[in-house]
Amino acid sequence: MDTQPIAATGTLAPADSCCTVRDLTKTYRSGRGAKATTVTANAGISLEIRRGEVFGLLGPNGAGKSTLVRQLTGLLRPDGGSIDLFGHDIVRHPDRAARLLGYLGQESTALDELTVALAVETTARLRGLSTPAARDERDAVLAELALEPLAGRPLARLSGGQRRLACFATALVGTRPLLVLDEPTTGMDPVARRAVWSAVARRRAEQGVTVLLVTHNVIEAETVLDRVAVVDQGRIIACDTPGGLKAMVDGDVRLDLVWRDEPPLGLPLVAGLAARATRNGRRWTVRTGPDEARDLVAEVTSGPAFAALDDFSLSTPSLEDVYLLLGGRQEGLAR
Amino acid sequence: MNTPVPAPAPVPASASASAPASATSSAAPACARPAVPAGGPVPLAPRAALLPALGAVYRAQLSRARVARIPLLFVATFQSLGIMVMMRGVVGTGASDTEAARDVVAGSSVLVVAFVALNLLAQYFGRLRATGGLDHYATLPVPAASVVLGTAAAYASFTVPGTLLTAAVGCALFQLSWVHLWVLALVVPLAGAALAGLGAACGLLANRQEIATLLGQLGMSAALLLGVLPSSRMPAPIQWLRDLLPSTYGVEALARSFAARPDWALVGADLAVCAVVGLLSLTLATWAYRRAATHA
Repeated sequence: MDTQPIAATGTLAPADSCCTVRDLTKTYRSGRGAKATTVTANAGISLEIRRGEVFGLLGPNGAGKSTLVRQLTGLLRPDGGSIDLFGHDIVRHPDRAARLLGYLGQESTALDELTVALAVETTARLRGLSTPAARDERDAVLAELALEPLAGRPLARLSGGQRRLACFATALVGTRPLLVLDEPTTGMDPVARRAVWSAVARRRAEQGVTVLLVTHNVIEAETVLDRVAVVDQGRIIACDTPGGLKAMVDGDVRLDLVWRDEPPLGLPLVAGLAARATRNGRRWTVRTGPDEARDLVAEVTSGPAFAALDDFSLSTPSLEDVYLLLGGRQEGLAR
Repeated sequence: MNTPVPAPAPVPASASASAPASATSSAAPACARPAVPAGGPVPLAPRAALLPALGAVYRAQLSRARVARIPLLFVATFQSLGIMVMMRGVVGTGASDTEAARDVVAGSSVLVVAFVALNLLAQYFGRLRATGGLDHYATLPVPAASVVLGTAAAYASFTVPGTLLTAAVGCALFQLSWVHLWVLALVVPLAGAALAGLGAACGLLANRQEIATLLGQLGMSAALLLGVLPSSRMPAPIQWLRDLLPSTYGVEALARSFAARPDWALVGADLAVCAVVGLLSLTLATWAYRRAATHA
């Protein structure tokens, strides 16, 4: 398994490439005057997204995902490097990005006081559609996402998940070959999540739409992505299919122990575990081989430690484990 | 263009919430690639044209009044009505007070425009910029002028009912002539353009939301403090300051129209100043929008 910190690039013919990023760097100043520091948001990122795939950027908050996406969408000009979207140079012509992609950002302030129907229709109009075409697309997408009952309500008066779904609807109108979705399912209930992924799958199957998904949710990353780039501290530390990435930690399993109260550190077994576990409050996580894990479970559940144990679980590796193995910071990924 | 999809395909009930549908199959991504043509740059989708996009933004912004703006529109109107009632205590309806009465009514009417178009618009764009809301427009192929002009036009439109009501009540209160009130049909859009342009520029140029709010409030306060009293009673430096305010020219145009035989040339000149300031400030606001949208 290749564990080089840079994604493989340069392997695709132009006709197969949706987006090629090379050596992208972006720094910004934080603070003022003498206290100002330079923060490197992207430190030489290279990646290649294939046409028609669902490609993910996975990493904790502050990893540089959104900065990368803001450059791909033409919102931010990189300090260095190149971005090619479907054969167009986005660094030189950032305005072309809006004509190639639909973007779902994290904020909805621009739409909050509009009704769902008008937000979708207006966005379609601003993507260059005529009024009748915009209304047709509005009706179709509201039906597709089951948003019709909410069509007449302002976004500001919807729940977080409903509002997110309405914003997702605005990203879908006015067909684009690339959808860039920045944490689209935040706050959504399972029904809404399913509507989102069904809509994505349908566009991919019917129109060959490529999807770039930003997420810090490992479950989502494992289940919907074709390939995933793991981003940490402004760099891509791995890029592969979720299965390929998980193969890197193959063989290891993860034992989670949750104590009722204070862990019984007086017991030699528990004291030994304390030294090697990742401790998060009452939750301890130990990564180890399957045989030892089985022994540990047997010892913990049969001995005196069991009385202090609230819950335990043994699981196969997830992308979070890959992220940690690759040297990612420990906190910040959601499960 | 797009093929509208009639209804969502049924998803198996067993599909996990976060792992639904066919997106889960991480089979060869090459399997689905029909519509996007292979080879060469993908053609760009069309831009939104200036006027249709302006119309769409205007319509959307106007609809916001129903949701969020109504209370503040009332505040704008009541503030002006209150000032007129207060001033009625010191300004009579006799011949000696005619000039003062005209200035009070004209100043209070244009104050509604300053409150909404300058102050509220500065706050709106300041908030949009600070919260990343500009990203929505900046990732759509829409001309900057459509967004700025459409929004400014909507805010200028918000001022119409309050301005009309204030002018009508003022005429009754100070026994001024209604005959030439039609001049409001020019004063509101032109002063509206000038003040909305300034408001938008303030909101978009301010690097922090609080600064945008501050600038909007200051602009409105200046229009209030310098607009509702006759300039002839002010010291010279204050008069110069007053001449620098674009709202002054809207006030003067309206005040002149209360005369039995207004000097239309001067009214026209005042309105021309409003138009020029409007043109300049809206151009500045459009530039500020482009800057804010790509430098956030």
